[in-house]
Amino acid sequence: MKGDGSVLLTLAGYFAVMSLFAIGGANSAIPEMHRTVVDLQHWMTDRQFADMFALAQVTPGPNVIIVTLIGYHVAGIAGALVTTLAMCGPTCLFAYFVGGAMERHRGRSWQVALSAGLVPVTLGLIAASATVVATTADYNWVAAAVTLVTAVICFRVQMNPLWVFAAAAVLGLIGVV
Amino acid sequence: MRQVAGRAGVRAVNEGMDASPPNPLPVQPGPTTSPTSSPPPPSLWKLFTTYATISLMGFGGVLAWSRRMMVEQRRWMTAEQFNEAYALCAFLPGPNIVNFSIIFGSRMRGPLGGIIALIGLIGTPMVLVTILGALYAHYGDLPALRRALTGVAAAAAGLMMATVAKMAWPLFRNRAVVGPLIAIATFAAIGILRWPLPLVLAVILPLSMGYAWVRQ
Repeated sequence: MKGDGSVLLTLAGYFAVMSLFAIGGANSAIPEMHRTVVDLQHWMTDRQFADMFALAQVTPGPNVIIVTLIGYHVAGIAGALVTTLAMCGPTCLFAYFVGGAMERHRGRSWQVALSAGLVPVTLGLIAASATVVATTADYNWVAAAVTLVTAVICFRVQMNPLWVFAAAAVLGLIGVV
Repeated sequence: MRQVAGRAGVRAVNEGMDASPPNPLPVQPGPTTSPTSSPPPPSLWKLFTTYATISLMGFGGVLAWSRRMMVEQRRWMTAEQFNEAYALCAFLPGPNIVNFSIIFGSRMRGPLGGIIALIGLIGTPMVLVTILGALYAHYGDLPALRRALTGVAAAAAGLMMATVAKMAWPLFRNRAVVGPLIAIATFAAIGILRWPLPLVLAVILPLSMGYAWVRQ
């Protein structure tokens, strides 16, 4: 089905809609992505989804590129381009116009209520994303321990998380995880 | 991936991500404190290379690197301007940092500036991740790679939790009740009950914004 036009259209539609839910970061849309890609469309398994999340994390750059990977998995290079454009295009246009409008209405009470109201909802969404990702990744107690230790280190210590990722990769490689 | 962070607006950006005191405006006199002496808008090329650099350094999150570059190194924005712009992007749909690149780029150099900044931000990672994806498609069943990825996936989930904790810190600290309740309700509906996102947002967003409106 690689490159099939109808698959590309389906991808474009799904991800254009999904981008609207990515409030607070691309990872807010992870649960919805998982629901669509794994549960609804059966484009990949749970395990593959967790692997793609991990691949997107170890690649430098914004987390949104997980959609590039998903698109590539489903429909090759064309799929990668289509999903990325669908995920970024409409919201970028929106950001461009709203960004200008917000400059003009800065400090109005509706603007303050709007942004203050979004904060707790977004926090809940990101916490949910972390849970979805953790439940797909932590299939045994060692993996769960790696998740916990990483969380504590990254919360308490100012260091590049990549070092923790490298250590976790080694643990996985030697078969501990 | 940290990236993803800093949602709670200004305070989270200041305290959560950087673990620094609020309003860490540089105290030294000079460009960051006086708008009139701020540097001229960067050229399109400079915009591109800066965003490409931010992107390539942004392992586990681009937000921290963006702030470092925009505020501390290039001094294109003051700490306050950065926080304001980021809070706006956080409240728009779409990936925050992608929105940020569009808004910042277009403020500096018009619509073309926005597009150039965006290409700088996602162009290189797109190529890299596609190569990784191709390797995965070929070797995804290779036991060694799969084992390594198993470890990384577990760690990636942990990094995400740490970011959530950093971002939630300001919300839970100032003895607010409704905000944390809304956050927890959203988390339970999506993360535990796995209800569809549009449905949950349609109910909880008006509640949350209504409360923010009334409280003012």
